[in-house]
Amino acid sequence: MKSTVKAALAAAVSLCAVQAAQADTLKMAFIDPLSGAMASSGEPAYQSFVLAAEHINADGGVNGDMIEILGLDNKISPKESLVQLQKAIDQGARYIIQGNGSSVASAIIDAVNKHNARNPGEEVVFFNYAAVTPEFTNEACSFWHFRFDAHTDMKMNGITDWIASREDIKKVYLIGQDYVHGEAVAHAAETQLAEKRPDIEIVGNELHPLAKVKDFTPYVQKIISSGADAVITGNWGQDMTLLVKAAADAGQEIPYLTFYGGSNGAVAALGEGAIDTLYQVSELAANMEDVPEEQNALVEEYKERFPDYDYYYHRAFVTLDMFDKAAEEAGSNDPIAVAYALEGMSVEGGYGAATMRAEDHQLQQPLYITTVAADVTYPVDNTNLGWRLVEGGVIPADAAETPTTCEMERPD
Amino acid sequence: METLVFALLNGAIYGLLLFMLSSGLTLIFSMMGVLNFAHASFYMLGAYLAFTITEGTSFWIALFLAPVLVGGVGMLVERYGLRKVHAQGHVAELLFTFGLAYLIDELVKIFWGRTAVNYRVPEILDFPLFTLYGAQYPAYRIFILFVAAFMLVALWYLLKKTRAGLIIQAALSHPHMVGSLGHNVPLIFMTVFGAGCALAGLAGVIGGNYFVTDPAMAVQMGPIVFVVVVVGGLGSLEGAFVAAMLIGLLQTSAISINASLADIFGFIGLGADTELGEITIASMAPMLPFLLLVLILMIRPRGLMGDREV
Repeated sequence: MKSTVKAALAAAVSLCAVQAAQADTLKMAFIDPLSGAMASSGEPAYQSFVLAAEHINADGGVNGDMIEILGLDNKISPKESLVQLQKAIDQGARYIIQGNGSSVASAIIDAVNKHNARNPGEEVVFFNYAAVTPEFTNEACSFWHFRFDAHTDMKMNGITDWIASREDIKKVYLIGQDYVHGEAVAHAAETQLAEKRPDIEIVGNELHPLAKVKDFTPYVQKIISSGADAVITGNWGQDMTLLVKAAADAGQEIPYLTFYGGSNGAVAALGEGAIDTLYQVSELAANMEDVPEEQNALVEEYKERFPDYDYYYHRAFVTLDMFDKAAEEAGSNDPIAVAYALEGMSVEGGYGAATMRAEDHQLQQPLYITTVAADVTYPVDNTNLGWRLVEGGVIPADAAETPTTCEMERPD
Repeated sequence: METLVFALLNGAIYGLLLFMLSSGLTLIFSMMGVLNFAHASFYMLGAYLAFTITEGTSFWIALFLAPVLVGGVGMLVERYGLRKVHAQGHVAELLFTFGLAYLIDELVKIFWGRTAVNYRVPEILDFPLFTLYGAQYPAYRIFILFVAAFMLVALWYLLKKTRAGLIIQAALSHPHMVGSLGHNVPLIFMTVFGAGCALAGLAGVIGGNYFVTDPAMAVQMGPIVFVVVVVGGLGSLEGAFVAAMLIGLLQTSAISINASLADIFGFIGLGADTELGEITIASMAPMLPFLLLVLILMIRPRGLMGDREV
């Protein structure tokens, strides 16, 4: 009896050993704010990547290797991010994931370019899932950088098309965070509105400090006294939530056209007041019809696993799915091989197909304009409110596409 | 006109909150000669305790209980921490409070998590009180105004009109004489330290749900509180009040000004298309308190109403 137990144990141990030898871990470093004011953006994104990795691992991993997501807190500082980047590379991560803050992404692109030039054979690839400054896939494009989110000009196209169709909007107020992203949003809004609706007057163009403002009441009062009919903002994280909270407190009922109205807590802060006033342009339309069954199951699974947050970072799943597919096609997890395989790669996303454009590494996917409504299948922020597709709010991938000035240099 | 009214209202509320925070710091400084670096951490502690108490019971219990608890923690810190370190001199005390600030920060992160907690305004006060120039004004802001004004009057009465206040004032300037007269000076010190922390805690209770309750709130509030104390004059309560209101008004009204530097300094040839001229007054708002700090230290090092040099 004893010996059979021993034999079984030995067999089990050796089996484990064999499996461990076969399945290596594939480390991917997630560098984003996991503490402080902007952690409400970083944390759900981290969880999304962890969940996406679990799905891929359960499906046999990437060429048999199991993805491990290393969560590294950069406190939204570019300097701290470079420290974390070095730490990630030292720990053997060859894939870097980051998104919050174009200032951070810019520093990482720069550091990755330098690292790859100096350390041939140890290249790392950067998956940017949310930093949307257009330059990254235009004049500052890099072979080592892939963007899985629509950039500012693409998203702004959706917003300005919607405004152009609304004859009652005559005055628009622009408010944003005072760094490269906020400036890019304001610039895109100004140029596109001038083109599509020259009669619209821009009554304010305000930039406020990033992640420092605790009380937006003075800004909102400025918006009210300007007589604006609509507000465009690229704010995210806490700056988004507090801005709409102040607007709700002041009883403001004009449309807020946002990139990130889905930031955790924004809908809860507005409550019923969000209905038909808070708009968002994103790759996600959870309550749309004709969404595949497995996508809805994923939304439900996410909510069950992370009850504090909602399924928001759809692009996290697109990123890892596409990475998995590219690595299997390349037959290798080597960054250069994967990067080449990613060029032109397509996946069937839950909300429409997504393609990685080869010439500038900018993901092309359909975008959706959604607004808040009651009576939806998938409410957010633990309220009974959720995002509903507005009429004519579907922007097909080819309509959202913008030309690029990228001249990519590729390694041999 | 409407800009002015709103700037005054918002500025007064922000200023009163700032004063509530800095009055404790000023008291503690005049008493012990030590800048308490952990002061803003007590503000954060107040907000977090209020959040937990509100979850279990109600906001009104939290309004009284949380400052008392924070004051209690402050007293313990003074009795078993600062008093021991005091013998080693001021530098040791300064380092002690510095370490304490980090300790409280980390403890808060362990107990309540790294992200903001959902500390909400009580429902009974969550309605627009009146409409002014087309903008609704939330009742809770006026509630903050009343609590702060009540605290201000109570503090003034306690210090200026009661026997206890007399002894505290005496202990601040002449501790040895007060001790010789038979008063328990260490007890007075402990009480004042506790009361100062309780005031910061109260500011946290009423400010935490209006702004955000997250682990970064202490770090963000800390520098401003020091500016208030230094600008007002180290050790002067009246000065701290004037400085707090000044900074509150300055910061909120700067946001509502649309002018740029070129509009103001255009007469000396600063063009609107130059990089310097493009800067708007509104975007300079976060910098103004620190500009004020530097100017005061240059022109009047003892602060607006202080009686000693920094």
